[in-house]
Amino acid sequence: MVEFALPKNSKITGGKSWPKPEGATETREFRIYRWNPDDGKNPSVDTYHVDIHDCGPMVLDGLIWIKNNIDPTLTFRRSCREGVCGSCAMNIDGQNTLACTKSMHDVADGGAVKINPLPHQPVVKDLVPDLTNFYAQYASIEPWLHTTTPAPQKEWRQSKEDREKLDGLYECILCACCSTSCPSYWWNSERYLGPAALLQADRWVSDSRDEATGERLDNVEDAFRLYRCHTIMNCTKACPKGLNPAKAIANLKLKLVERQV
Amino acid sequence: MSDNSPMKGIRTPLKRVRGLGASGSSATADFWWQRVTAVGMLILIIPVIVIVMMLLGRNQAGAGQILGTPVVALLVLLFVVASAFHMRLGMQVVIEDYIHDERLKLISVLANNFFSIAVSLASVYAILKLSSGV
Repeated sequence: MVEFALPKNSKITGGKSWPKPEGATETREFRIYRWNPDDGKNPSVDTYHVDIHDCGPMVLDGLIWIKNNIDPTLTFRRSCREGVCGSCAMNIDGQNTLACTKSMHDVADGGAVKINPLPHQPVVKDLVPDLTNFYAQYASIEPWLHTTTPAPQKEWRQSKEDREKLDGLYECILCACCSTSCPSYWWNSERYLGPAALLQADRWVSDSRDEATGERLDNVEDAFRLYRCHTIMNCTKACPKGLNPAKAIANLKLKLVERQV
Repeated sequence: MSDNSPMKGIRTPLKRVRGLGASGSSATADFWWQRVTAVGMLILIIPVIVIVMMLLGRNQAGAGQILGTPVVALLVLLFVVASAFHMRLGMQVVIEDYIHDERLKLISVLANNFFSIAVSLASVYAILKLSSGV
């Protein structure tokens, strides 16, 4: 059966409360999930106070401030700090989003900023999830142009209208916010491809230059790979880039019905 | 080697994701028929409610009289068959979502099929018996 409770070694126990920074006039409380694979202990939630006059406005700025000023062992991924790379995806205040584009002032009522790793993925350390399966699922949809016709001298041509069909699909940065917000993905991530990989599958199915549309549809035509989607729509709600994976999945289902009925 | 084997860790992630391959068009057929039966029931539900209200409080002879009308019998038969089919498809989705042990899943799907067929056949038999007045 599906496990609804956390395994014993994943249960969150107490945590350390770090003292407020000296000389700070205004601070913001951060409660952050901590887990170290090397100490054999259960995960905990540590409490930090960030001097908001010495720190940028985004949640990622707060995390970097903590790492620089309070606790250098705090571990998280980050790179571009402007919502393009998808590295700093995490669960902030109950929502999967990018720490770099989420303002700490948007977190409800000025209360504590609660940060956890992306849900239902193995944790490598602290806020770093293991996305091996997620990336393998992306690889499984073969995200590159498939053609049989010999390649033209210059580029494969595409009309403006056909190019516009890729808008809302090509912008995906593979941050995994959508897939890890999906209950169906939580229960069946080993067989269900999840919204991110399916949005990418639709991106290639919708590409006018790709000659493997049928094979791509064959690849997702599966009770688990595609049809575990029950249109819960958490994916669309979570996407920090404002994309609509649920619509992309619906388009795949529509195409599969279209070729059969 | 079973999926629970400790050697599983040395397989590549892509090997695990590709698994046994895609199940094919039966998945789309299930998806499609779930919608067909849903729309069918949506259309049938109003006449069926009316028929059930007409049947309330009547004895067997009275019920047989109403169900003896071919249109009434056909509407009820269609509704029973559509809802049993819909129930079977829906329950299978729930089983696939939550039961991960392959053997238990197989038994549950089998039981679900038997139950749905038994319920629909019993209902069809009852309606036919009443409407033919035998």
